[in-house]
Amino acid sequence: MINLSLRELTHLLAQKKISTAELASVYLDRCKQFNPSLNALLHIDDDINPEHLLAAADHDGPLAGIPLIHKDLFSTQDVKTTAGSKMLSDYVPPFDATVVKKLKQAGMVSIAKANMDEFAMGSSNEYSYFGAVKNPWDFDRVPGGSSGGSAAAVAARLTPVATASDTGGSIRQPAALCGITGIKPSYGRVSRYGMIAFASSLDQGGVMAVSADDCALVLEAMMGHDALDSTSIEAEPWHWQAPRDAAMKGLKVGVIPAWLEQLKDDDIKQSTLQALETMVAQGAELVNVDLPHADLAVAAYYILAPAEASANLSRFDGIRFGHQSAETCDDINDMYRKTRSEGFGHEVQRRIMLGTWALSSGYYDDYYCQAQRIRHLISEDFKQAFSQVDVMAVPVSPEVAFKQGEKSDGVSMYQADQFTIPASLAGLPCLSMPIQAARNLPVGLQLIGPYFNEQAILSTAAKFQLVTDYHQRMPEAFL
Amino acid sequence: MSQQWDVVIGLEIHVRLALASKLFSGASAKYGASPNSQVSFLDAALPGTLPVVNAKAIEYALRFGLSIDADIPEETRFARKNYFYPDLPKGYQISQMDDPIVGRGHIDIETEDGVKTVNITRAHLEEDAGKSIHDQYDDWTAIDLNRAGTALIEVVSEPEMVNAKEAVAYMRAIYNRVTFLGICDGNLQEGSFRCDANVSLKPQGSETLGTRAEIKNLNSFRFIEKAINFEIKRQKQLLESGQQVVQETRLYDAEKDQTRTMRGKEDANDYRYFPDPDLPALKITAEMLDKQRAAMPELPEAKLKRYIEEWQLREDEARQLAYDVAMSEFFEQSQALTDASPAENAKFLITDFNALLNEQDSDLKANKISATHYAGLLNAMSSGEISRKIAKQVLTDMWNSGKSAEAIIEQQGLAQISDSDALQTIITQVINDNPQQFEQLKAGNDKMFNYFVGQVMKQTKGQANPAQTKQILEELLNND
Repeated sequence: MINLSLRELTHLLAQKKISTAELASVYLDRCKQFNPSLNALLHIDDDINPEHLLAAADHDGPLAGIPLIHKDLFSTQDVKTTAGSKMLSDYVPPFDATVVKKLKQAGMVSIAKANMDEFAMGSSNEYSYFGAVKNPWDFDRVPGGSSGGSAAAVAARLTPVATASDTGGSIRQPAALCGITGIKPSYGRVSRYGMIAFASSLDQGGVMAVSADDCALVLEAMMGHDALDSTSIEAEPWHWQAPRDAAMKGLKVGVIPAWLEQLKDDDIKQSTLQALETMVAQGAELVNVDLPHADLAVAAYYILAPAEASANLSRFDGIRFGHQSAETCDDINDMYRKTRSEGFGHEVQRRIMLGTWALSSGYYDDYYCQAQRIRHLISEDFKQAFSQVDVMAVPVSPEVAFKQGEKSDGVSMYQADQFTIPASLAGLPCLSMPIQAARNLPVGLQLIGPYFNEQAILSTAAKFQLVTDYHQRMPEAFL
Repeated sequence: MSQQWDVVIGLEIHVRLALASKLFSGASAKYGASPNSQVSFLDAALPGTLPVVNAKAIEYALRFGLSIDADIPEETRFARKNYFYPDLPKGYQISQMDDPIVGRGHIDIETEDGVKTVNITRAHLEEDAGKSIHDQYDDWTAIDLNRAGTALIEVVSEPEMVNAKEAVAYMRAIYNRVTFLGICDGNLQEGSFRCDANVSLKPQGSETLGTRAEIKNLNSFRFIEKAINFEIKRQKQLLESGQQVVQETRLYDAEKDQTRTMRGKEDANDYRYFPDPDLPALKITAEMLDKQRAAMPELPEAKLKRYIEEWQLREDEARQLAYDVAMSEFFEQSQALTDASPAENAKFLITDFNALLNEQDSDLKANKISATHYAGLLNAMSSGEISRKIAKQVLTDMWNSGKSAEAIIEQQGLAQISDSDALQTIITQVINDNPQQFEQLKAGNDKMFNYFVGQVMKQTKGQANPAQTKQILEELLNND
C-alpha cells in the first residue's frame, strides 16, 4: 500500500477496494508507530477528522481521500500551529491557510503536522524548539531543513504527500537529503495567506511526495490566485498532463560547469553527471550556461531574508497571543525583551539581529539596497540563461545529509544553501528529485524552470522517473 | 538692539479617510464601536495574515493629489515603519517612504497680507495605530484595536508658514479641501483631522534653518494657534538668553496653555523603513486618474473663477464663498431659486447670514433654513418688498420658527410701504406735525431732509420704502 502512487491510491479508492478512512488509518498508524524514532511530527491527529472524510466523500477528484501532512508553518483552524517555536507552542489559529483550505476542498485528509526549523530558519531541522528531526536513512544524520519534518515523513512513508515551504532551499535541500521529490513553485503561484511568514518576498509554499507526478497532482490543487495575498499572481492555471514516455528530444538542459566544479564530494559529482547522462540518453541536449552573479547570492540572501524576518517576527510581542514571559517585568520594553528572549531560539534571534542591523540607519543603503541590486542582477542572469535553455539541471546540496551537531556555526550552515538560493532570489520554480545515492545516502538533482513554468521541470522530472527508480527507494527501517 | 527672528513652520496633517473599511483589512472603520469589536485577524496581526490594499483609499488619495495639482507617480509603494508599541499589533506600521502616492503640490491660503500659495512636499497613505488607554484601570493599560489599520493620508507641507495665523490658515485650507472632496468626515473630536507642527526660529534674513521642535497631535484650530505661539515665545526666550533649542517632540497642554517635552532626540526611534514585501508596487494608470478627475466636484479655484467671471462677484466675496464647501453649496442652491442677483445673494449671505450663524453659535452644517425659504427672502428684499434691515429680522425669525419668509412678512405685516398714495398721506401728516422743521428745510437746511425721512420711518416702524419716501418728500418740497 505505502509504495503506491497517488494515481494508484485514487484508483483503489474509486474501486472501493479501500475506504478513505481505512487509507487514512494505514498512514495514521504508521505515524504513531514510527514517529517516536524520527520526531518528524509535532501533532498527530488522534482520529481521522470526520470533517475531512466528509469533504473527501463529496469530491471525486484525483486527490479525494488521499492523506497528507502539513508543515507546521501552515495555519490549521482549531489545530495547534507552532512554526517549530516556543513562541507559538500553544497557538491555535482561528482560520485555515489558503493552501490548507484548498487541499481540504480537494478532498485530502490531513492526519498530522510536521516538525520544522523554528520559523523555517535552518537547514538541518536542529533548530526546532520541539527537538531535532532524524533522517530516516540514518538516525544520526539530519534530514535537512527547514521542511525536515515533511521530508522525513514522506521518506518514511508516514504520508504519501506533505506540504512544505521554501525560502532559500527549505523544500529542495531536505527533499534531496531524504531521497524524495519536492517542488518550490514560482513565487506568486501558491498563496501565502495563512503560512507563517519568514521572508515574505521569498517564502513560497510547495509540496513533497515520492514522485514528480504525485507532486504535480497536489500542486495543481494548491496553486492559483488568492485575493487574500497581494503577491499571488493572476496567471493562467495549468493542467498537469503526465508524460507518456521519457523522450527528451529537443529539450535543452542548462548546466553550470562552475557549480559542478564546486562539488567537493566526488560521489555527489558522479551521481550528478550520471543523472545528466541519463537525460542525454533520452535525447536531451546539455548546454553550458553561466550565472555570473550567483556567487553573491548567499550573501545577498542573508541580508534580505533576515531583514524581512526582523519585521515579520515583531508581532510576537507577548501582547495578544503566543508566549509571554512569566517573569516580573519593569516596563513594557522589559516585557518585550524577556518574552522574545525566552520565546525565540538562538538562530531566530541571530537572524532578527542581523536583519535589524541591515535595515538600520546608516547601513540600509550599504547592505539592504546593495543586496536588492544583487538580487536583480541574479534575476537578469537567469533571464539570460533561459534565453538559451528550457530547464536548468544543477546540484541541490553540496553534501549528503550531515551528522547532527556537525555544523555548529551559522555561516557553515548558511553555505549549505549556495545552490538553492539563486533560484529563490529570482522567484523561479525549482524542484529536487532523487538521483544515484552516495554511500547509501540520498542525493538530489535540482531542476530550475523559467518563471511560471512549473510544467517544464515537473515534466522533465517525471520523464526521468519513468526510466529511473531512485525515487521509489525507501529506507529499510520503515519497510 | 534686540535680535529679530524669522519664524519657520511646517505642518504634517493626518487626514482619516472616510471609508467603510480599513486600509488593508475588511474590518469596519466606523468610529465609536465598543472596544475591539472591529478587529480582523489581520488587525490583530495573527501569524500568516496578509494586507490587501483598499482600492477606495487609493482613489481618495489620488483625488486629493489631483485637487492640489500634485505630481502623481506612475508607481507607488508601501513601506514598513518599524517600532514596538502595544497598540501597533504587527510591530510595524504600513506607511510609505519612497514613491508616495501624492508628490509635490500646492494650495492657496488666506493671510492678512492676502492670498499665499503654500507648497506641499508630499502626501502618503498609512494605517493608523490602535489606542492605548492608560487611565481606565489602575494597574493596566487597555488596548482598543478598532482604530488599528484605519486609513490615513499624511499631508506634509514645506516649512513655509511664518506665523501661527498662517499655520491655522493652511490647516483650514487642507481641512476645507478634504471635506470638500468628501474624502474626510472632518470630525475633529473623533480625531479625523490631526496635525503635527514643526516650529523653528532663525535670525532674521538668515538662510539656515534653526533647530526645530515638533508639537504632536493638535486637533483644533484654536489649539494649534496657541501652541505655536507658545512655542515661538519659548524658543525666543531660549535663544535670547543664549541657550539652544533642543530637537525634540513636544505635547501641547491646553489647560496650562504650554508645550512640554514628550520625547527627546536621543529617544527617537530608528524606524528602519523598507519596502513592504507583502505589497507589490502599485501602478497608477491614466484610467485611474481620469476616473478621479471625473468624480471630483468643482474645485474652489474653478468656482472662484466662475463666480467672478460669470456672476460678477467681488473677488473677496467670491473667495469666501468658493473656498467654503457649505457656503458655496448653499449659495449655488439658493441662487438657482431666486430672482436676486448673485451679488445681492453673496453680500447678504456673507454678511447677514454669517452674523446670524455667529449669534446662534452654529454653522451651515446645522442650517435650519432651507435654500428655498432663503431664496424667498432674497426675492422679497430684491423686489423692494422689504428692506435689508427687515430682511435680517425676518431671517432670524425664519431660523427660529422654520417658517418661510413670505409667511413671516405676511403674518407680521412687515412688507415695505411702497404704495405712493399711502406714503404721501403719512408724509403730509409728518410735515403738518412739524411745521417749524419744515420751514427750516425749505430755508435750505439740508440736514432737515434726513430728519423727515427718519420721522417717516418712525411712523411706519421702518416699513416705508426709503427711496420712495425720499422721492415723495422732494416732490412735496419742490411743489410747495
